[in-house]
Amino acid sequence: MNAFRYAQARDAASAMAALAADPRARYIAGGTNVVDLMKEGVERPSLLVDITQLPLRGIDRTATGVRVGALALMSDVADHPAIARDYPVVAQALLASASPQLRNMATIGGNLMQRTRCAYFRDVSQHCNKRAPGTGCAAISGVNRRHAVVGGSEQCICTHASDLAVALLSVDAIVHVRGRAGERTVPLERFHVLPGSTPQRETVLEHGDLITAVELPASAAARNSYYLKVRDRASYEFALVSVAAALNVAGGRIRAARVALGGVAPTPWRAHAAEAALLGRPATGGTFAAAAEAATRGMKGYGQNDFKIVLVRRAVNRALQHVGAIA
Amino acid sequence: MSATAERPATRGFVGLPIDRVDGHAKVTGAARYAADAPIAAPLHATIVQATIACGRIIAIDERATRAVEGVVDVLTYHNATRIPALPFDFTAPSSEELAPLQSDEIKYDGQHVAAVIAETFEAARAGAALLRVEYESRAPELSPGGARTVEQPEQWFGSDAQPRRGDPERAFEAAGVRIDQTYTTPIENHNPLEPSATVAEWRDGELIVHDSTQWVRGTRAVLAKSFGLDEEKVRVIAPYLGGGFGCKGFFWPHPLIAAMAAKLTNRPVKLVLTREQMFTSCGYRSETRQRLRLGATRDGRLQAILHDVLGTSSRVGTFVETAGGVTAMLFDVPNIAVTHSIARLDVPTPTAMRAPGEAPGSFALGCALDELASACGIDPLDVLRRNHAAVDPSSGLPFSSKHLLACYERGAEAFGWSTRPQAPRAMRDGGELVGWGVATATYPALRSPAQARVVLGADGSVDVASATHDLGTGMYTILAQIAADELGVDPRAIRVRIGDSSFPIAPVAGGSMSSASVGPAVQDAARRAYREAIAIATSAGGSPLHGLGEDEIEACDGGLRSKREPSRAIAYGEIVRLGGSGAIEALGSAAPGDEGERLSFHSFGAQFVEVRYDEELARLRVSRALGVFDCGRILNAKTARSQMIGGIVWGIGMALMEETVRDPRAGAVVTNNFADYHVPVNADIAAIDVLFVEEPDLAFNPLGVRGIGEIGITGVAAAIANAVYHATGVRLRDLPIVPEKLLAAQAAV
Ligand SMILES: Cc1cc2nc3c(=O)[nH]c(=O)nc-3n(C[C@H](O)[C@H](O)[C@H](O)COP(=O)(O)OP(=O)(O)OC[C@H]3O[C@@H](n4cnc5c(N)ncnc54)[C@H](O)[C@@H]3O)c2cc1C
Repeated sequence: MNAFRYAQARDAASAMAALAADPRARYIAGGTNVVDLMKEGVERPSLLVDITQLPLRGIDRTATGVRVGALALMSDVADHPAIARDYPVVAQALLASASPQLRNMATIGGNLMQRTRCAYFRDVSQHCNKRAPGTGCAAISGVNRRHAVVGGSEQCICTHASDLAVALLSVDAIVHVRGRAGERTVPLERFHVLPGSTPQRETVLEHGDLITAVELPASAAARNSYYLKVRDRASYEFALVSVAAALNVAGGRIRAARVALGGVAPTPWRAHAAEAALLGRPATGGTFAAAAEAATRGMKGYGQNDFKIVLVRRAVNRALQHVGAIA
Repeated sequence: MSATAERPATRGFVGLPIDRVDGHAKVTGAARYAADAPIAAPLHATIVQATIACGRIIAIDERATRAVEGVVDVLTYHNATRIPALPFDFTAPSSEELAPLQSDEIKYDGQHVAAVIAETFEAARAGAALLRVEYESRAPELSPGGARTVEQPEQWFGSDAQPRRGDPERAFEAAGVRIDQTYTTPIENHNPLEPSATVAEWRDGELIVHDSTQWVRGTRAVLAKSFGLDEEKVRVIAPYLGGGFGCKGFFWPHPLIAAMAAKLTNRPVKLVLTREQMFTSCGYRSETRQRLRLGATRDGRLQAILHDVLGTSSRVGTFVETAGGVTAMLFDVPNIAVTHSIARLDVPTPTAMRAPGEAPGSFALGCALDELASACGIDPLDVLRRNHAAVDPSSGLPFSSKHLLACYERGAEAFGWSTRPQAPRAMRDGGELVGWGVATATYPALRSPAQARVVLGADGSVDVASATHDLGTGMYTILAQIAADELGVDPRAIRVRIGDSSFPIAPVAGGSMSSASVGPAVQDAARRAYREAIAIATSAGGSPLHGLGEDEIEACDGGLRSKREPSRAIAYGEIVRLGGSGAIEALGSAAPGDEGERLSFHSFGAQFVEVRYDEELARLRVSRALGVFDCGRILNAKTARSQMIGGIVWGIGMALMEETVRDPRAGAVVTNNFADYHVPVNADIAAIDVLFVEEPDLAFNPLGVRGIGEIGITGVAAAIANAVYHATGVRLRDLPIVPEKLLAAQAAV
């Protein structure tokens, strides 16, 4: 690990000023991702600005839903009664993430910003366009069992590792960001960006932007939501494939539908085609099967990860049956 | 020597489920592992590894490294101590023939090319990250299929590596039922909780090494040879290990590098391998490709087995994963041909890993027998019973004590096997398919010469010492129990000291042989100390037992007493004081005799497994496992049970998730961490039960104990794969059984 400086920020303004003054400075919240990457030599910040003293931990009801502070812990959010009741998909995704110890340290903002688990990204002796632009992607023709089947580019086929982000996508979450020009909001769907030819860029944030909160709008679909995570072992593993499904069914018809996927793309992935196949249709097994098929549209494997496409179809089908209550 | 006849009155501690005597020290942090050695202000060394698999170093740029504050020196082939080649042998068991840092040649990815030595761990790491090593690289050979060099070793560890009997080819062709399948197992890593660590210190020309080794005397021998020292000038200390499973059994380069660094800097040096480095620095289990051909009668009686095993080894050392070993002895088959081949590749050297040979071999053989049962339409357990070998078919010798049929019986009853429908896909629970599988466990009973010292002190203390090891398995506890029974002392009052090469000789903690080797030596030493105490107590004037004969005396509560008048008693401390020499000291020894010429010594067991399978999501879990074992006398019911549960958990990992994946182009391990190399977590482990058919094997040694360290994993992967077949109707012959393989197998149906 390199030598680096550490400073504790008293308020958002001083935290942001510290980053503005140093292009190699980084925020640290729970530290469960950034410290890991520093040990591997992947992240080499000159300065860590600790933001955990900022008053951004609250989980508060608002007129339109719930607002979760960026520094709320994964464990606190998972256990919050309003989350468990009104956004079960979010609580379930959190409880299926990492381990209790990690969830007691890790924050919501840090979770959205966590970086890919691609082994080539994490090993500095390997080629990786995300870590070292222009060096090539070792995964495309290498070990790619855990890699993306959609949304990747010739530069990068990593997967986004967050479970939470997938769940948040399915409830139309909105990220609150404080930047140089003040506060702004970004729908989560536009928060993460696909690698294209700049895989080093992962979100719309500029250097120094601070996530302050994530807003979860209340909805009938969010109340009827479910997270399904498929993996090699029963716990403590990132998703091979995951599905966040939210459905509002009234009078036998689907009035609102969200289907988001994890483990398949460089960002949390919204399956618009599946949603379109659901909207306005009767909540039947046939509808769900068609939507599950639609979810895989455009997906392409790289050999070792071809199986994910089959798993996506089946997992979407299962998740929809669950929220469609015809299991 | 008969085990029971001349036994003093004991308190019967042997066998009891006594808590680990070292448990308190471990949970309070008082137990010092190698990296905790109480050495003031050591320097820290960090290893730098090759990032190519084949080629040579053309330049090393140390400038940035040396500029890091706190970096003291950089050890490379330019300045390393010159060390002779170290071919493997059992007195100096080096896994790599080439000593580290001797030349610019690179033989595998991960090879140690430098060590950065610094005042702090942080500086050493920072310096290591900045070392620039330039290579000239050649395309490596990484896959056994099509390897240029494939060898067929004649012997391995003293056994025939190509055993043959009868006319297997003809018997196979003539058989009414034939199975011909290929089974594959991947590279697996040991992953003990404690990474390998060495603290080396030179003091007046002597080398003192705290090392996480399963073999203090083997490590001592290699270090002495490497530095041209008398063995007496090297001391290796390893009081505790956080697991080893074989990756700390033979000698690896890092202790040598630590000792070189200490020599170069004239300071003590601490070197701890990182978790990532553990995947390439201390061995792994070779992948295997096993073709099995079984010929049998229509009622499932084996006529022939042909078992061809292809494993891998490196260019700098040899290890043969003798997966065919079980085939030669497990079942009553007249015609057998086993072959072992190793492909030489540009990879690190594999090594022994928990049940080397038996673990992958019992998988392939256990699956093949299940396939035979299906082909014959017979219950798989019946096929196992029908082929039971009453004598060891590999040698023709009778088994010393074999109770495998009892394992099958007890296991079947406890598991409820008789209610198992024969057809696959016949059991369901909710939305899940359920399947039951069975397979046989086996491991040889091995034993080596060993010694132990027992010292009774004037303060009443009882000390036991031997150069053996406790890998976390319970060695401290069972040795205390054994000495306690001989002396009539509470085991918790006995101080056991092990893991020091200056103690009386003991073998490597490998081959599941420590209990059977060292246990009888401790028993012998304790018995000698006991006799000497009697001699003093019956002859010294001031003793209440003065004048009594040896047979009139028994042990009790930390001393001796008269059998007839129990109130005539004297504590050991008092006896020592009467004896006047400060202590009663006895050296005991034990060694195998010629019993191996008359009898075959093996442990056995039966593994029963239940799996549940969510077919839509390809989600497979082991919901129930039962192991029933015949391993001779059980010295501690609690630690033995824990060992077996651990072995079964290993088997679950082997069957369902463990796999070390190398980059197919350059050979780097891409799963070199616990996020990518999966072992079972708690949530993967449902109900596991363990039963012992406890029959002491008194022909093996006076304690009647055989080993228990390795047998627990054997047969588990086969039982799981067989249960998967029973649940799903598809055969998975390639480990680990991960979702994509299940999906592909379903799609193919
Ligand atoms: C062994 C292991 C297993 C895991 N398993 C899972 C899993 O199954 N599912 C899953 O979803 N996750 C998993 N994780 C990832 C874990 O959830 C993340 O590491 C964690 O959420 C990061 O939060 P943190 O507060 O620790 O972030 P930090 O490590 O402190 O920060 C991460 C990044 O976010 C930036 N950052 C933090 N807060 C802000 C903010 N408010 N505004 C702007 N930038 C910010 C930091 O600068 C840094 O770049 C696992 C992690 C580990 C180590």
